[in-house]
Amino acid sequence: MSRLKILALLPLAVALSGCNYVVLAPAGDIAAQQRDLVIISTVLMLLIVVPVMALTVLFAWRYRQSNTSARYEPEWDHSTKLELVIWSAPLLIIICLGALTWMGTHLLDPYRNIGRIHADRALDQSRAPLDVDVVALDWKWLFIYPDYGIATVNELAAPVDRPINFHITASSVMNSFYIPALAGQIYAMPGMETSLHAVINHAGTYKGFSANYSGAGFSGMHFNFLGLDDKGFDAWIASAKSVGGSLGRAEYLQLEKPSQNEPVRRWGTVDSELYRLILNMCVETGKMCQSEMMAIDAKGGAGHQGLNNTLPLAYDKYARRGTALGPEPTFVAGTCTPDAPQGRTTASITAPADTAPLLGAGLKRPTFTPLKSSSFFLGQRPKSDS
Amino acid sequence: MSPDLLKLIFGRLGLESLPLHEPIVVGTFVVVALGGATLLAGLTYFRLWGYLWREWFTTVDHKRIGIMYMILGIVMLLRGFADALMMRGQQMLAFNGSEGYLNAHHYDQVFTAHGVIMIFFVAMPLVTGLMNYVVPLQIGARDVSFPFLNNFSFWMTVGGAVLVMASLFIGEFARTGWLAYPPLSNIGYSPDVGVDYYIWALQVAGVGTTLSGINLICTIVKLRCPGMTMMKMPVFTWTSLCTNILIVASFPVLTVVLALLSLDRYVGTNFFTNDFGGSPMMYVNLIWIWGHPEVYILVLPAFGIFSEVTSTFSGKRLFGYTSMVYATVVITILSYLVWLHHFFTMGSGASVNSFFGITTMIISIPTGAKMFNWLFTMYRGRIRYELPMMWTIAFMLTFVLGGMTGVLLAVPPADFVLHNSLFLIAHFHNVIIGGVVFGAFAGINYWFPKAFGFKLDVFWGKLSFWFWVVGFYLAFMPLYVLGLMGVTRRLRVFDDPSLQIWFVIAAIGAGLVFLGILCMLMQFAVSFLKREQLKDVTGDPWDARTLEWATSSPPPDYNFAFTPVVHDNDAWWDMKKRGYQRPLTGFKPIHMPSSTGTGVILAGLATAMGFGLIWYIWWLAAVSFIAMLVVGIGHTFNYHRDFDIPADDVIRTEDARTKLLAGAK
Repeated sequence: MSRLKILALLPLAVALSGCNYVVLAPAGDIAAQQRDLVIISTVLMLLIVVPVMALTVLFAWRYRQSNTSARYEPEWDHSTKLELVIWSAPLLIIICLGALTWMGTHLLDPYRNIGRIHADRALDQSRAPLDVDVVALDWKWLFIYPDYGIATVNELAAPVDRPINFHITASSVMNSFYIPALAGQIYAMPGMETSLHAVINHAGTYKGFSANYSGAGFSGMHFNFLGLDDKGFDAWIASAKSVGGSLGRAEYLQLEKPSQNEPVRRWGTVDSELYRLILNMCVETGKMCQSEMMAIDAKGGAGHQGLNNTLPLAYDKYARRGTALGPEPTFVAGTCTPDAPQGRTTASITAPADTAPLLGAGLKRPTFTPLKSSSFFLGQRPKSDS
Repeated sequence: MSPDLLKLIFGRLGLESLPLHEPIVVGTFVVVALGGATLLAGLTYFRLWGYLWREWFTTVDHKRIGIMYMILGIVMLLRGFADALMMRGQQMLAFNGSEGYLNAHHYDQVFTAHGVIMIFFVAMPLVTGLMNYVVPLQIGARDVSFPFLNNFSFWMTVGGAVLVMASLFIGEFARTGWLAYPPLSNIGYSPDVGVDYYIWALQVAGVGTTLSGINLICTIVKLRCPGMTMMKMPVFTWTSLCTNILIVASFPVLTVVLALLSLDRYVGTNFFTNDFGGSPMMYVNLIWIWGHPEVYILVLPAFGIFSEVTSTFSGKRLFGYTSMVYATVVITILSYLVWLHHFFTMGSGASVNSFFGITTMIISIPTGAKMFNWLFTMYRGRIRYELPMMWTIAFMLTFVLGGMTGVLLAVPPADFVLHNSLFLIAHFHNVIIGGVVFGAFAGINYWFPKAFGFKLDVFWGKLSFWFWVVGFYLAFMPLYVLGLMGVTRRLRVFDDPSLQIWFVIAAIGAGLVFLGILCMLMQFAVSFLKREQLKDVTGDPWDARTLEWATSSPPPDYNFAFTPVVHDNDAWWDMKKRGYQRPLTGFKPIHMPSSTGTGVILAGLATAMGFGLIWYIWWLAAVSFIAMLVVGIGHTFNYHRDFDIPADDVIRTEDARTKLLAGAK
């Protein structure tokens, strides 16, 4: 297998030397295995593609009209033997490729804990994996290290050869979390969590970015991923700690507002609940967390009265929402707890003065803000009395 | 006037909706306005309005509607390709701290519009146009099953195109990517008119596409001439049948998913929102349940064209007709079982991902069988390298590459590293240009003499061919390379200067393709001027095999004076071989459908309704909706739906052809 790999890589390596073909020469074991699959599949398919292309050229040349010495059989249109070959040859290749796909997909499932550090290094059970919570914001990446209590924007670091478990979500729209040198990508989606298990094998600085278009600032939504040795990683953590600052709910709500080409930022401490709140879309106090909502629904829901458990939405990530014909924008009010009385919103959050959506740099904003919405469908609803 | 009154009349449309701050758009507008004014003045000066209205706009003749579809597709190709050139230019320039020349607001519209236009208003009209023109002729019918519906379908497609074009000058287009994934496309993140333009353009055009699908299915099932059993149908008709079945089964999904998105956007439902139990993942699934069959809707007719062209120009029966038909049917069925391969990275489990990966690979088996069938059709043939055959060879060499990278992307772990990268962009352009566009060009060059009575000029055709083929490889091979370097799609600016050279090569390739398009326009113009030299009076300039070549070029309104009787799947070849004599007497009056302007009016009203809904001009939407109902119901009282071409006219037409044929000998 490895000889095959090298053989297949050889012409590529010659032709492409001098450029950074990160997908073909990654630094993490998962990406390396994915690269292997890319190459093996390509070689398997070339087994049939090359003959087809060669035959096309050969037949096109040999049976040209001017070549009257070639055989001409205008009525010949069937051959059971040939039919068998032309259906079974692709079938055989696809059987091989299908088996490879089934195995590869399961072995390289991003949700699966990694089984080895590197092709020649087994997993070290004594070394706990590094947990990183990843949040795709407009248009920057927030990384929270729950074990170390620090958070960063647009910079990610991990020790070499230590398994990393990413928990990935987003604040507003879909993005895709992708560090080509480390492992394949997976979508980051609001209110949902995806996972990625990976390991980096070589120290270095690698590019990470969003691989799913997410709006005006998408091009600038990239970060550096640092593969560090253990000492370097500890130093990196310590330097983040020494920066100080604290990322709590209020700071997060400021942070999540759309901004472009953000520089690296670090926080020495981070609200340990923050990631769970982001994931459940209830960082604003007074908003019910999705987990609570689902728990209520699992017990049969709040019934028709549940409709009334909403509050008018004064602020949202881009702008105040409102549809032309629909009701006032609302959110589900959280259940009342001592530290979060119903209806209280985070004190330090004020609605943005200009509620127009963010547009491309240097452009005039259109003045057609969403129309004032009427309570078209549900009629006047009693606002929660708080 | 009070703001409330203004809002009532104009909705959210105001002077500030005109993109006067975008010099590129203003420039385009000036050029388009001047060109349009010249065209309109010319039409008025030469008094062509009446002719156009009577003979073209209101026609129910499938041949003329087919030609109008082709014209629509080529006009929209110019717009879609202008977008492509702008993107290539931007990505070539935006290095080393340069912002390029397009801001995000404009660039994001450009790539969205490029995708939408190329799929819905270029590829679809070209494919539908060819099917419309050729299928009734190939099955020996006089028109489609529902001629009025055909006219209406065409004008609905035009209505969608008009809305997309309007978005360039009034307001803006979506900035979401061509499939408008929520939450980005939902009201919270795209509150302006762009996504509404997207929704209503596709809804209006989608009605046309669906109805045209129903129409062609009925035509193929019910109107085949005597003797043409299913297994004696030409392969192009077979692929058209499968394509239209796909259209009828998948376009309603698109209609529904866009309707749900518009409910979210207009009345505040929560189908695809983040809050209140909405699920954007549902949208992604639904849109691809339409979207994957859509690519087979485009490529199957192209496969049919290549089958016809290969056997005609090899002077040989198609190898493995039966396996070709079964391969088409298998592809049709399997195309419904693969949609998830467009989002392996959305977090499905390994078993789900591998299921969809493997079903995707299985499609390559019938596709591979087709490839071999074309190969063995050429084997022991006498291949004439006319333009259609050149496009076919270019297709065979290009498409296998695209197919190979496609199967590679169907391996989920490989997809994790290549998804959304420029490798993916290169892949689907490789199959859509290499398959659908080359196929459409093969079809245009092949059937043009049938439609107009003269062949297309070979010199300009070859020039266009080489510019297109070389340009395609130069434009997209660098994208494969960039994908392997981990460069993702839809980026507007780049950091890494080492990538620039590849974007420069790609831009040069796009430039060559542009020359290819210009040469093709030249080809049409030159051929028109040299039409006497290029004239074909036989009706069968390629010594072809299927029924459409049995009648004159261009065919008379009624296609065939007598309905042909078929004994073989190469019906016309068989007739020629057995010494077929054209009947010269015994003509009878021919029953034909009458023209009607209802289709134009209905589609115009639907477009106006779409415009009203986009801009929240509620009175306009309501009035045009009611008017549509009134016109639609009113049309049911139209009793002048058919007429008889008198036997004398038929005799005159056929005698004229007899003289021509005698002169040719």
